[in-house]
Amino acid sequence: MSIERLCRLFFIPFMIFVLAGAAKASDMALAEVLEGLKDDSFNKKKEVISQLETIDDPRVMKVFQQMLDGDLHFQEQEPQLLVFTAKTDDGLAVTAVVSGETLGVVNKRDLNKVKVNNSLRKDLRAAIAKLSLNNKDSKVRRDAVRNMLRDIDSESVVLLRDRQSIETEGLVLDVLAVGVAIYELGSDDASLRLAAVDILGDSLESAARNALLPLVEKNENGQYKLEDRELRSAAIKALARIDAKLKYNEWAETIYFGLSLGSVLLLAAIGLAITFGVMGVINMAHGELIMIGAYTTYVVQLLMPNSIEYSLFVAIPAAFVVAGLVGVAIERGVIQFLYGRPLETLLATFGISLILQQLVRTIFSPLNRSVETPEWMSGTFEVNSALALTYNRGYIIIFSLLVFIALLMVLKKTSLGLHVRAVSQNRQMARAMGVRTGWVDAMTFGLGSGIAGIAGVALSQLTNVGPNMGQAYIIDSFMVVVFGGVGNLWGTLVAAMSLGVINKVLEPWAGAVLAKILVLIFIILFIQKRPKGLFPQRGRAAE
Amino acid sequence: MENRSFIMTLLANDKAAKWFLITLVALAIVVPFCNLMVPADSPFHVSTYTVTLLGKYLSYAILAIALDLVWGYCGILSLGHAAFFALGGYAMGMYLMRQIGDRGVYGNPDLPDFMVFLSWTELPWYWQGFDMFWFAMLMVVLVPGMLAYVFGWLAFRSRVTGVYLSIITQALTFALMLAFFRNEMGFGGNNGLTDFKDILGFDLQSDNTRAGLFIATIFFLGLAYVVSKFVVNSKMGRVVVAIRDAEARTRFVGYKVESFKLWIFVFSAMLAGIAGALYTPQVGIINPGEFSPLNSIELVVWVAVGGRGTLLGAVVGAVVVNFAKTFFTGFAPEIWLFFLGALFIFVTIFLPQGIVGLAQQLLEKRNKTKTATPKAEASV
Repeated sequence: MSIERLCRLFFIPFMIFVLAGAAKASDMALAEVLEGLKDDSFNKKKEVISQLETIDDPRVMKVFQQMLDGDLHFQEQEPQLLVFTAKTDDGLAVTAVVSGETLGVVNKRDLNKVKVNNSLRKDLRAAIAKLSLNNKDSKVRRDAVRNMLRDIDSESVVLLRDRQSIETEGLVLDVLAVGVAIYELGSDDASLRLAAVDILGDSLESAARNALLPLVEKNENGQYKLEDRELRSAAIKALARIDAKLKYNEWAETIYFGLSLGSVLLLAAIGLAITFGVMGVINMAHGELIMIGAYTTYVVQLLMPNSIEYSLFVAIPAAFVVAGLVGVAIERGVIQFLYGRPLETLLATFGISLILQQLVRTIFSPLNRSVETPEWMSGTFEVNSALALTYNRGYIIIFSLLVFIALLMVLKKTSLGLHVRAVSQNRQMARAMGVRTGWVDAMTFGLGSGIAGIAGVALSQLTNVGPNMGQAYIIDSFMVVVFGGVGNLWGTLVAAMSLGVINKVLEPWAGAVLAKILVLIFIILFIQKRPKGLFPQRGRAAE
Repeated sequence: MENRSFIMTLLANDKAAKWFLITLVALAIVVPFCNLMVPADSPFHVSTYTVTLLGKYLSYAILAIALDLVWGYCGILSLGHAAFFALGGYAMGMYLMRQIGDRGVYGNPDLPDFMVFLSWTELPWYWQGFDMFWFAMLMVVLVPGMLAYVFGWLAFRSRVTGVYLSIITQALTFALMLAFFRNEMGFGGNNGLTDFKDILGFDLQSDNTRAGLFIATIFFLGLAYVVSKFVVNSKMGRVVVAIRDAEARTRFVGYKVESFKLWIFVFSAMLAGIAGALYTPQVGIINPGEFSPLNSIELVVWVAVGGRGTLLGAVVGAVVVNFAKTFFTGFAPEIWLFFLGALFIFVTIFLPQGIVGLAQQLLEKRNKTKTATPKAEASV
């Protein structure tokens, strides 16, 4: 994939540059060689590929890649130009190979595909690997070597050795060494073989492990197929080393997934921790406020289709304001009449949640909407060859912690926070001191709702945005708040993260649904044991 | 015998109960008669569809009575009562599945179709015995009852009350829903149990059977009403109301609050199970959707609309709200949720006593009897 992306990024501008320079001579030569690809014979094409490899032209790489992907065609009618194609809704968008001209969108029937078979595919991959081995970007070189690891023969190992002698980048050198070692496993020299096993044992490449596995294979009688005892025990040790490391990486990945799930829970629950925990209001419409935040993201992206990259920075404050205002409206319109009657509040806010869901269905349609993910959020961070962490999860973890800290600061350092805490501890006394309790209630509820809206922005990057998305989170959010201890933000943090990790740890052996059920049962039992949560409030505020 | 004399006193002293029971008897006679005896082109003919629909409403009414017992009388707002209903429904569904025998698509005499489809070879242990009607009926009350007992024992003993209890009951039904959605559970997964053929040898599609089920539903509704009335009027019922109004004080007076709560909860769960068992054969399907938290909360609204703390209110609420639901979803489905949502808000803010409470107030005003404020004064 990355090769292809790189082609688009670098070669197209470069091609334009080349064309502007009117490098007619090289165009002619290239076109002449490419003519051979129109031939039906696979052997002829094989020849052309090996000829093309020798031409130093960036277009060659693209030809190989497109041919491999089945996107190389030539026109049915004269002049039978070779073209690259890309699928669009109306047909195939066509670009001439040599001149780089765009030739519009045509029907599939007007084009002939340059067909490839498996042997050609192998050749193409090797040719691409060869070309990319000498690429300027070390990541491309590394991926190229990795692609070659699948089958290393005497020819490709020469390429690897050549590169090894001039390569400077450490990470690329590591993979190169693995490639050479895989080849040397088949050598006649026992000491070379042992050294190769040792090198492979240090690598986390799956190809290295796969290369070692045949050495420890057993036959039907349970005896090792490999006679060489020394090599065999070295291979067993090397495999054990790899497996231990893999296990370690697997745990790291599980914890990472768990923390990212935990931070989603934290974002969803933290607004609730304010309205439920601090104010004692059961807001069943909390999930729908999250949904409103997600739809705000969707609308923001509709309004600024050309700057998706920055849309989230607009969406976050927008979602806070929209959800916050809806929250204030709910508080003033319904909840203020129901203070001191928690069960009635629960029912009324449930009614609100139904209305909000139906409103979204009526306005936006009952189908899920797709929210785009900015480029900078996609992609992965490779810790090593066995452990790749996706960026979006990382951003969510950081973002949720930032929101948490911001909220903590608001409650601890601002006058609003002081008033909120005063009202939640003793409403009468606060009023006697001149705190406008009604106003504080509305603001607190607005704050909690606004944070739900922000959670919606984050969730829109992870899951589907639809009218039912809120319901999926409401029970989880309540669980987190209750588990952590009502009225305690730190408890919410600990509860969210531990529930996230527990869920992900259970998932591999219990399955996603069963893991969720187990967690729910665990919480139900936990609440029976400690009805006030992990970190109960102490003192007078508790009653 | 004591029960009989109780009915007599009830009929003599409680006008509303008397009229309610008379209405039920009338319905049980008139509706099947108009369905079976009156020709289809007569304006008095009641279609089989209507009979089934009424039967569904009335089984919901039993469920509403069950919730009213715990919420209206004991102050326990259970947001998971649909779970007991669905469990009862599944127990009945399992019996009906076994009755299909080899008439299923795959023609396997023992295994229901979905098990054959999953290439199971034998019936799981928990399906054993469900081919016997008496056993299935026992399970209809025992399974919800046991679940309520275990859950209630844990919850009430550690004094989980108020909204906490509501939320964990909701989590309970949510967990059950997820579990029943799994194919591996052996309850038909997503599709649930359906394609029933007959019950006790009677064809489920025939009008006679439908009318029979309708009469059975009315019978159980009447029974549930009378027994619940007996329970709430007994000494136990008084203690339960006392727990609702002042739990701590009741405890200090010397009552074992936990046991009273537990028994009313278990009794209510069993009633809900019976309601589910009556619902399944009439509707013809039971699936995990019945466990969804939304169903439980809708149920709370029936009771709230009708008037909690009055058994009659629960019945009225269940019938009225469901009639409205059928009406609205018929001509404009999107309006239904707006309406339901608005109903939630309107009833909690303006009509805390529900329809029956309102009617009582109006009656009292007319009779100019200056009695004290209604009994269920927002104490929960």
